[in-house]
Amino acid sequence: MDFSPHTDDDRAQMLGAMGLSSVDELFAGIPPELRVRQWDLPRPMSELEVTKRLGRLAERNAHGLTCFLGAGFYDHFIPAAVDALIRRSELYTVYTPYQPEISQGTLQAIYEYQSAICRLTGLYASNASLYDGGTALFEAAMLAVRRTGRKRLVICRAVNPIYRVMLASYTANLHLELVEEDLAGGGCAADLLDDKTAALIMQNPDFFGRVHNYADAFAKAHEMGALAILCCNPLALGVLRTPAEMDADIAVGEGQPLGLPLSFGGPYLGFMAVSEALLRLMPGRVVGRTLDGQGREGYCLTLQTREQHIRREKATSNICTNQALCAVAALIYLSLLGKEGLRELAQLNMAQAAYARQRLTAIPGVRLMDPGPWFNEFRLELPLDARVAVSRLIDKGIAAGFPLGRYYPEQANALLVAVTEKRSKEEIGNLAEALEAVL
Amino acid sequence: MKTIYDKSRPSRRGVTFPAPLLPDACFQEACLSPELLRASPAQLPEMAEIDVVRHFTNLSRQNFGVDVGPYPLGSCTMKYNPKFTEEIARLPGFAGLHPLLPQLRRGGLLAQGALEVLHEMEQLLCAITGMAAYTMQPLAGAHGELTGLMLMAAYHRHRGNQKSLVLVPDSAHGTNPASAAIAGYTVRTVPSKDGVMDLEAYRAMLGPEVAGVMMTNPNTLGLFEPDIKQISEAAHAVDALMYYDGANLNAILGIAKPADLGFDIVHLNLHKTFATPHGGGGPGSGPVGVVAKLDEYLPISRVARREDGTLFLDYDRPHSIGYVAPFYGNFGVVLKAYAYILALGGPGLKRVAMDAVLAANYLRARLAPQWRVAVDRMCMHEVVLSAADQAAQHGVTAMDVAKALIDFGFHPPTVYFPLVVKEAIMIEPTETESKENLDAIVEAMAFIAKKAQDDPDWLHAAPRSTPVGRLDEVRAARQPDLAQR
Ligand SMILES: Cc1ncc(COP(=O)(O)O)c(C=O)c1O
Repeated sequence: MDFSPHTDDDRAQMLGAMGLSSVDELFAGIPPELRVRQWDLPRPMSELEVTKRLGRLAERNAHGLTCFLGAGFYDHFIPAAVDALIRRSELYTVYTPYQPEISQGTLQAIYEYQSAICRLTGLYASNASLYDGGTALFEAAMLAVRRTGRKRLVICRAVNPIYRVMLASYTANLHLELVEEDLAGGGCAADLLDDKTAALIMQNPDFFGRVHNYADAFAKAHEMGALAILCCNPLALGVLRTPAEMDADIAVGEGQPLGLPLSFGGPYLGFMAVSEALLRLMPGRVVGRTLDGQGREGYCLTLQTREQHIRREKATSNICTNQALCAVAALIYLSLLGKEGLRELAQLNMAQAAYARQRLTAIPGVRLMDPGPWFNEFRLELPLDARVAVSRLIDKGIAAGFPLGRYYPEQANALLVAVTEKRSKEEIGNLAEALEAVL
Repeated sequence: MKTIYDKSRPSRRGVTFPAPLLPDACFQEACLSPELLRASPAQLPEMAEIDVVRHFTNLSRQNFGVDVGPYPLGSCTMKYNPKFTEEIARLPGFAGLHPLLPQLRRGGLLAQGALEVLHEMEQLLCAITGMAAYTMQPLAGAHGELTGLMLMAAYHRHRGNQKSLVLVPDSAHGTNPASAAIAGYTVRTVPSKDGVMDLEAYRAMLGPEVAGVMMTNPNTLGLFEPDIKQISEAAHAVDALMYYDGANLNAILGIAKPADLGFDIVHLNLHKTFATPHGGGGPGSGPVGVVAKLDEYLPISRVARREDGTLFLDYDRPHSIGYVAPFYGNFGVVLKAYAYILALGGPGLKRVAMDAVLAANYLRARLAPQWRVAVDRMCMHEVVLSAADQAAQHGVTAMDVAKALIDFGFHPPTVYFPLVVKEAIMIEPTETESKENLDAIVEAMAFIAKKAQDDPDWLHAAPRSTPVGRLDEVRAARQPDLAQR
């Protein structure tokens, strides 16, 4: 099955208009020795066949488990209106709004998204989206390197380990020094800062679900002439102290909690907001509000002299296609929740997690590893390897959490448990009973 | 249109949640000290569901998408996006899958279906391009470029090569030099001659310090680079790697394979060639393929098969460049492209290239009487015109042409790219536009060419049919209003 509307008659007419008799003649510019010799691809299939085949593959995934797995990516409820709206093909079959007159829908939505990110973080300007939280963190680090002219980055070990690996991968060829700060007591103390440091990178809530105020650490960074970068969970910003209130220069994070399905790792949404001083160094597309010739308000891409299509090798980033539709989905989600709804949901997540903590720490041998406070995730120490416990719980239909040993070898018995608004009292009770039974 | 913040009314709500399980315990702000809390709630819009639905429905009506009409935006391959793939990406067995699930039981047993999709997709892309292995991690074309350049750097580092330069033709897309710079390379620009790479100039620029050469073929003028084999052989002679920007793969599906042209690293844009929707600027997906000698550097994890036939995620790859994305790429996008490739099969994919090239050449032949074709010979999937004559004689620019086309019911072509053509108008009709639509574009362009002579001001005033006219972009940049406060 293909999607070409051409009939053989159409093709013959088009060829005739060029004085050609076969389509092959159009490829005369490709030397014969460079032509395809082997084309071993499957036979065409009907829509019905493909749908059935993929339906079968979908069922070979354990998607029915009760999910207490988080670690930066969360199983939240998504109101039906989000998907109903982003399925409008006038939103999803368009490309980057290069021609503003016929793209006001996307442009205004992105402007509203940027406004929402500014309101959440308290910072001055947001871009139109980056790929994901990890690439956003890399872009933030590079911004700091450009701004300060320094080559050293200090990052707390309680920043999502996946992002730390990504940062190490990206900087391998760039002669940058990546310094990981150890976890002293409750978190990172920012002790490794020096006057060669481009940025201090922290996360809130941190990877273990703990809530912090980094105002002192960030003040120390500023004293050293470094920038302060905060990686944050946008849902938690419904209640937590904002990056601006901690005097961060750049806030980044993963937008997946804002109405995006888990979808086995993507598409997600990298968000970034910066202080006014950093505006013209910010990577990515930006939408601005302006006027047309008749004084009517309208929106267009702006500050484009930062970007690759104009600045080429001197651009602030190479990003072109971003995650626009995911940004619009996040905006729709935030609009449905609204000011009170977001706060309420953030509180609800904390409440669910608090209930789960109460139930789980009542199990003999299970110990809470941190004194808190937490957002919607916390770590428990089990009397056995957490991987073993988790594997046993799978048989009971529960994804009990993330065994931390994989990224923190010294924490082999630690289990990171996430509890969102989707988890009911019964499900939490089942987890507690099942965990007790497998220990 | 009023913004969503203008429409907000205190205490309206679009969604409610269940009651908390511990209504009176210490869980709310009460147990967090004030220094951990925000001073005041984020000023998000307060709306009923109907308000939200109408707002975004009305916004969508101010957009022009592929489902609205022809969208010949050159280099972007705005082909029709089949609907059934949207359903597939939303199956709960895919959309509801946590990316860390494979780590919970013996590497991958809980996600065999998803790993099968990734594994089969890698093999399909290998068969289509001739490469030896693929990673699905890169999240868009430019991200694929950066990944490819990181692989290049790892290869040279491992071999002890001291190389600092990447060669890029002057017709290249801006992401190519930008990606090379971000990967730590210095960029040198190779000039074009008659629309293709100037072989002599290229040879003069090659040397031991060249790490790689980035090209797209057909290039951004829609021309197949006839000397590609000499170009890649010369690069290999100095141990430089050939990088293929797959943005234009649509033109050669089933006709030629990048590996046979001498390319070592390839990125594909699934959102172009394989019909996944562009989403207003994303999400895309930019898988990277490599020849066998670069396999060991690919990002982790790799999907691999055990002896018992099950799939697992292999992290034990000591020479890997690491992670470029947190998991397995934009999986939801990969799924749609996979379904599309299965539907078309081998013959369908080849038909895509033939129809796309036929449509572009048909437009070229029909437009040539009124418009200067940048390089007037057989093109591939896109044709680049120049409005330089109209600009010089009548003051009508490529931008005027683009805006006028809007009033005829078309999305404009790409304009002012590639940079090597003055007043460039880059038209890529794709294989999914019917002959009637191609003829309608020709008629509109003929009318515009005539208007340029008779009444240039009529064109300067376009578009007329849109909710706003041409916007003051200087004002937008000088007095940035980037967020409603
Ligand atoms: C020739 C070419 N190369 C690279 C890219 C970058 O791809 P993406 O936008 O997916 O990052 C584009 C996209 O427009 C392109 O046209």
